Amino acid sequence: MEWETVIGLEIHAQLSTKSKIFSSASTKFGQEPNSQACAVDLGLPGVLPVLNVEAVNKAIKFGLAVNAHINQRNIFDRKNYFYPDLPKGYQISQMDLPIVGEGEIEITVGEMTKVVGVTRAHLEEDAGKSVHDMFNDYTAVDLNRAGTPLLEIVSEPDMRNAKEAVAYAKKIHALVQYIGICDGNMQEGSFRCDANVSIRPLGQEKLGTRAELKNINSFKFLERAINLEVERQQDILEEGGSVVQETRLYDAVKHETRSMRSKEEANDYRYFPDPDLLPVEISDELLNTIRADLPELPVEKKARFVAELGLNEYDADVLTSQKSLADYFETMLDGNEKNAKLCANWVMGELSASLNKNQLEIEQSPVTASHLAQLITRIGDDTISGKIAKDVFKAMWEGEGSADEIIAAKGLKQMTDTGAIEAIVDEIIANNAPQVEQFKSGNEKILGFFVGQAMKASQGKANPKLLNELLRKKLS
Amino acid sequence: MSIHTKTIAQLAQGLRDKEFSSVEITQHYLDRIKQSDLNAFITVTDELAMQQAQTADEKIASGSTGILTGIPYAHKDIFCTQGVKTSAGSKMLDNFISPYDATVSHQLNQADLVMLGKANMDEFAMGSSNENSFYGAVKNPWDKNKIPGGSSGGSAAAVAGGLSCFATGTDTGGSIRQPASLCGITGLKPTYGRISRYGMIAYASSLDQAGPMTKTAEDAAIVLNAMAGFDAKDSTSAEQEVPDYTANLTDSIQGLTIGLPKEFFSEGLDDEVATQVMNAVKEFEAMGATVKEITLPNSAYAIPTYYIVAPCECSSNLSRMDGVRFGHRCDNPKDLEDLYLRSRSEGLGAEVKRRIMIGAYALSAGYYDAYYLKAQKTRQLISEDFKTAFKDVDVIMGPVSPTTAFDLGSVKDPVSMYLADIYTLSANLAGLPGMSIPAGFSNKLPVGLQLIGNYWSESKLLNIAHQFQLQTDWHTQTPQES
Repeated sequence: MEWETVIGLEIHAQLSTKSKIFSSASTKFGQEPNSQACAVDLGLPGVLPVLNVEAVNKAIKFGLAVNAHINQRNIFDRKNYFYPDLPKGYQISQMDLPIVGEGEIEITVGEMTKVVGVTRAHLEEDAGKSVHDMFNDYTAVDLNRAGTPLLEIVSEPDMRNAKEAVAYAKKIHALVQYIGICDGNMQEGSFRCDANVSIRPLGQEKLGTRAELKNINSFKFLERAINLEVERQQDILEEGGSVVQETRLYDAVKHETRSMRSKEEANDYRYFPDPDLLPVEISDELLNTIRADLPELPVEKKARFVAELGLNEYDADVLTSQKSLADYFETMLDGNEKNAKLCANWVMGELSASLNKNQLEIEQSPVTASHLAQLITRIGDDTISGKIAKDVFKAMWEGEGSADEIIAAKGLKQMTDTGAIEAIVDEIIANNAPQVEQFKSGNEKILGFFVGQAMKASQGKANPKLLNELLRKKLS
Repeated sequence: MSIHTKTIAQLAQGLRDKEFSSVEITQHYLDRIKQSDLNAFITVTDELAMQQAQTADEKIASGSTGILTGIPYAHKDIFCTQGVKTSAGSKMLDNFISPYDATVSHQLNQADLVMLGKANMDEFAMGSSNENSFYGAVKNPWDKNKIPGGSSGGSAAAVAGGLSCFATGTDTGGSIRQPASLCGITGLKPTYGRISRYGMIAYASSLDQAGPMTKTAEDAAIVLNAMAGFDAKDSTSAEQEVPDYTANLTDSIQGLTIGLPKEFFSEGLDDEVATQVMNAVKEFEAMGATVKEITLPNSAYAIPTYYIVAPCECSSNLSRMDGVRFGHRCDNPKDLEDLYLRSRSEGLGAEVKRRIMIGAYALSAGYYDAYYLKAQKTRQLISEDFKTAFKDVDVIMGPVSPTTAFDLGSVKDPVSMYLADIYTLSANLAGLPGMSIPAGFSNKLPVGLQLIGNYWSESKLLNIAHQFQLQTDWHTQTPQES
């Protein structure tokens, strides 16, 4: 039987506010345990939550960026369950009336573009952390993270394979960084993905029973976990069994998922509106202000790159896939607009390759955008050839200086003096009579031989265009 | 006249006239507390009180003081007090020394008051007789075989028994007004949002409201001046201007329209209580007020509505009492579930557990609409009734409690106990201000008159009560001391 995979994602994006969502404690990561937890975060008797307006503004930003309906009156609810790292015995979240309603986002997988629906996005507080390996016989609780603002972004079950799911997750990941609401740091848990995965016979409308995959902290693992789960479900169904609705934990080390709790074991969260918080009222004015302050979104930037810089769709998509990448590219463009395509090629080619090889993020690149821009300028104004430029780039990567410094220091400036090139050409023709004969008898390919010899003689500095012209003239 | 029968206004005058010092009156009260068998206090903070009295005396000597400087009071043990045990009447918090001050505690400290101690109360403010305290029942100063009312029973007994000049209370379903009524003192529950709830251990967040429990309406106005106001730490506190609540006490109430809801005078109301209440109403008529019968058609649903809303909220509010970070923890838990189960089973009392279970049930999947949502709708209807009524009348009057104080241990059935709140719950559900003022006696036990005003009409209520107290002396009666 042919199966169809159906995937929906729940993404938790930690909002980059200075203080927590309901208290004034700091949200700074990696501090001494329990040093960033105030009376409110500890859930002491008598304390009350006060909503951090910044969290609301950031949620609105997201909503507008995915073209979603903003619920101008939204409500905080309590999700009740007991756990040691949940100090109040309930999490403040949003159930029936979330701040962000339905929206959508476009994803590209290979040549295909599709729109994925965003069901909703709601504000909630994060829990603390249970630490099991610090003390013998005890579990310790660190409440520094308790009360950190999260935006839970829920997608429609619109994705049909792991690649689409990853493309969607990456799109959201890029977007939240573009609009400055989340630092996107997956290692620190600022951006987390849960995947709801089910399969159904191809053509069937009714959804299959889903499993929720948790504990996925990279895009690579997201793809692997989904594929693993699809296989697992297929095996079950093809053997005549049935999939159980449950939550499964992905173990990246063992590359397996295992059951955490089934639907029957799931808590009844006894949601009800939090009587300590008033409904959130968002004015038209605030909405307009935030809309006006929105930066250029990836989709807009991509369109502009195509329309104004003449990049192709693919290049524009890659360059806008991460804010840091787009920022780098745009810094290079300053004064280099006419070399946009060249800039794009270098960023996506030489630079990306070197970064990948050294496992560096673009922010860590030893070659800054302005230095690379200078190199492009020198290619553009024929100071050096593309081939020499690669050597210059290597030297820049090694920290030998700026493009101009390296070109000067190594004497790599392109030979554009016709006389000098002519002298080289004459010498080569004189020394290689048999090859000259071959050319004259119609072997066009032999031209490459002469170019190679001339380049060698000029230490690669001869302007290739001039060299070609001169060779043809002299040989014929 | 002895010190412990003096009002705030009288003590403040005496302190300024150097008739006595704060240290002297504080010592006087502490001595009385030591000799008292009312069980009105959970914690007596004698050392702290003497320190505060000394500081107050220094301030009085330097001349820069407010009216409350140096006045001794009892603080309901539901308000967090930094460095002082804050138990909320529960074994669960028997070991809880609050690391912070409630906003109300802070405000009262700022007013240079002297805290004598933390007043006894029903556990987590759940109860109408003060018999649900882990620290034992409080006795009614008028008859020590009777209950003082609840949940602010310790506060009411302390004021009525001359153990403090005034007290703080909280009122979720009548917990200020009912004990004030049964102990013959003046109690005010302000409009919801008038006084910060920050640091006041939550029972039912949408109903809880703090207020003063005093000897007179004038004193209530003085204390309310110190307690009222917007607090950025409480999202439900109102950004509503705080007037001087003493400013309009002497206004004439000529032409006042009083509404008497017929539902408050029906079956279940003790005849003698009804008579005293009607006598008080006649007194108002004599003072130039007119009386109108009104109807609050949905008031019959107040009890079921309240006993859904409050348990739902408390079932969640009390989840933090889990034995993990503070409070009672069972010995040698074998695992996490055991820790939760036994800590809570041991730490919480029967009535608290009952309400948590009712609430958890009413909120669970499949029942939410039938109970919680329905109760919210009914609550809305009850509010609408008042809105309609206040189109025609300035104030609503009636009994506070269907009976006078009953015998300790006499009401065993929880539902019968819930009926004690029948006249007080509506004001909480609607968020309206309400008062209880002494209005007579029945079998030597005090009877209170309830006043319910429109939103933010505390000044008016205090004015009406003060005018009544100028014409009557019920509020000056004190229980006989053996």
